[in-house]
Amino acid sequence: MRPARLTVAAATAVVALTVATGCSQKSDAGDDAIRVAASDSACDVSKTEFPAGKVQIDVENKGSKVTEVYVLFPDARIVTERENIGPGTKASITAEIKAGDYEIVCKPGMKGDGIAQKVKATGAKGAAEEKRSPEADAAVAAYRAYVVAQAEETLPKAQAFADAVRAGDVEAAKKAYAPSRIGWERTEPVAESFGDIDPKVDVREDGLEAGQDPAKDWTGWHRLEKSLWADNKIDDNDKKLADTLIADLTDWQKKVGQAEITPTSIANGAKELLDEVATGKVTGEEERYSHTDLVDFKANVEGAQKAYDLLKPIAEKNDPELSKQLDAQFAALNTLLDKYRADKTSYEFTSYDKVGEAERKELSDGVNALAEPLSKLAAAVAK
Amino acid sequence: MTESQPAAEQPQQDGGAAPAAAAAAPSRRAVLGWGGAGLALGAAAAGGAAAAFGGGSDMVSASAAGAAVPFHGAHQAGIASAVQDRLHFAAFDVKTKDRAALVGLLKEWTAAARLMTAGLPVGDVYEGLPEAPPTDTGEALGLKASRLTLTVGFGPGLFAKDRFGLEGRRPEALVDLELFPGDNLDPARSGGDLCVQACADDPQVAVHAIRQLARIGFGRVAVRWSQLGFGKTSSTTPDEQTPRNMMGFKDGTRNISGTDKAALDKHVWVGAGDGSDWLTGGSYLVARRIRMNIETWDRTPLQEQEDIFGRDKGEGAPVGKSKEHDEPFLKAMKPQAHVRLAHPDTNNGATILRRGYSFTDGTDGLGRLDAGLFFLAYQRDVRTGFVPIQRNLAKSDVLNEYIQHVGSAVFAVPPGVRDKDDWWGRALFA
Repeated sequence: MRPARLTVAAATAVVALTVATGCSQKSDAGDDAIRVAASDSACDVSKTEFPAGKVQIDVENKGSKVTEVYVLFPDARIVTERENIGPGTKASITAEIKAGDYEIVCKPGMKGDGIAQKVKATGAKGAAEEKRSPEADAAVAAYRAYVVAQAEETLPKAQAFADAVRAGDVEAAKKAYAPSRIGWERTEPVAESFGDIDPKVDVREDGLEAGQDPAKDWTGWHRLEKSLWADNKIDDNDKKLADTLIADLTDWQKKVGQAEITPTSIANGAKELLDEVATGKVTGEEERYSHTDLVDFKANVEGAQKAYDLLKPIAEKNDPELSKQLDAQFAALNTLLDKYRADKTSYEFTSYDKVGEAERKELSDGVNALAEPLSKLAAAVAK
Repeated sequence: MTESQPAAEQPQQDGGAAPAAAAAAPSRRAVLGWGGAGLALGAAAAGGAAAAFGGGSDMVSASAAGAAVPFHGAHQAGIASAVQDRLHFAAFDVKTKDRAALVGLLKEWTAAARLMTAGLPVGDVYEGLPEAPPTDTGEALGLKASRLTLTVGFGPGLFAKDRFGLEGRRPEALVDLELFPGDNLDPARSGGDLCVQACADDPQVAVHAIRQLARIGFGRVAVRWSQLGFGKTSSTTPDEQTPRNMMGFKDGTRNISGTDKAALDKHVWVGAGDGSDWLTGGSYLVARRIRMNIETWDRTPLQEQEDIFGRDKGEGAPVGKSKEHDEPFLKAMKPQAHVRLAHPDTNNGATILRRGYSFTDGTDGLGRLDAGLFFLAYQRDVRTGFVPIQRNLAKSDVLNEYIQHVGSAVFAVPPGVRDKDDWWGRALFA
């Protein structure tokens, strides 16, 4: 996981805009823009009520620290965000915002809870909803059902992992670790769209923000992974962390049904899953202690393939050549991955530290071969 | 095809695809507000630069930096062409088993190269769908053509049995290089089924070109290794000041001139009777990554440095002579001097066209500069070109104490793309 990624919700905001108007829009909101004056101690918003639809937010950082600005749903999911707004600089954020209540949040120094300001988008509810074909609606509905099912299936597996940790059984916990992550990894872009959950359950030690203390602030799977494989022991703190993991995943399971999902966000989500593989798994960074990277790898590919399969009726019609290419590259990558497991149903993959440089290169080549055409799926779907 | 060859050998130089492409896609220059006229200006400037090369000023390359080198011609650009300042060289493994897919790739690469060498992006940069990645990555937008040349080569692996049906077409002269004494070759920096040499006066233009081709190729090819080069170490324009290598010596004093048609025909271009008709007008490329032991070299006394090369460090004059271009008297040099051993007279006349570049890939784990010469040599036949020279050097060159060959590759370089309907390797796959 990377904290700075574009979330599905944010992608949705942009996509909804495009599909509704049929062309890309240049920034022309002008005087209708909401001005945000951010400083080290304030987050002043020029208006707290504005019409729903395309909204431009002009941020000026008048403070002395780098800041970031979020628009959040009431449940803290991210509508849109902009990071790294330097002192004395301006930034402009554009998003499609439906009628409802929101918060605009400035985070001086880019840490902590930030300074929140309640705002309201007025107008007919859902006015900005994109028009979609029945096929697209079917794909969205089926994908929503998929992400919900993945969360539901994950909970008992995570529970088994947490139980083993709480029982102090290192070997059982090690065995339950990778399977407990599969559902999350299959739907990671959606899971990450709940901006507050991902940093709690899937952050790696190097993903902690400045000022965070690994001893206190590092929670989730990878903290326990380190205890199990690097320290080879479970202490009382780990047992508490197991409880926290279950609480956070339960929160995810409750929220996941409400995720913002559109055909293009499904497509770009599939591409993002391959990005996850390319930047984290193929390098062995994700599971640096357990070396179970190939399990995550497989899960990411499965999630991407599910997304593609659901969109395939649309993609096949709009870009048959692309869909042929994707079929071939998914098959090739799956064949390559099968070399690293005993049979096609097993999720016991070769430990990644046993995978040599040349083999990693081959896997990386396979990921590039799939990810490049996959990056064109959103365009094929939006046609 | 180079700007320094006679105009008669440059069909399509000013017509053909580039202006047509300018109408279809926004030019980098169009972005600068020069419009289509800028492209015509670029083509004219290339001709002007050819005329100006006689001047003997190192200002020439600066003034020519924006120009476009014609892509179409009997020979590929980037061989006899005046050497540009920067290099990005990439070797690829072919991943597809499908001959048609490989042919499709070469056609797409050719089309992209035609655009990029004219200073144009490959497709949309910011005009496309917002939810899709742009087709061209955009970092060369607003930059001039920068004399970009793209030169493609075919490695021995392409001709392997049961692969693409090309086993009968492997040229005899495309030999697998022997392991020379002292070689310490890293397989991860050696070989490759295909290569692309991108030369330009702006490193960003060269890197952009390789990046687009790699991207187009994903799924069909994968980058095996690549090398950036920053300072040309030999020129094909002998009237310009001879550049220096990382050891501080002028390198390439007696290189083949890009305008010396007789020498090119004799030593560089594959002739009609040489075998492998598909390669007529092409050449052979040997690429070697030569690491230098920079720190020990820098502690070597001046006299010893000069003895090792057989030339003086300041002027570049051969031992006993006063001017760089004076005819060397080999017997005046130490028996194992580099220049003496590399000279055609020592090697039965073996002569190669060099267009290597200096490289520095930072420092190694021991804090030593990871630097040296990325040696690129073109020749009519590897067996009578690079091989005898390198045998001779590997055996006894005193320079060997300060260098090590760590990467190696050999390629057959097909002839030029003749017009807008032609593509790299058409004759091979015909």
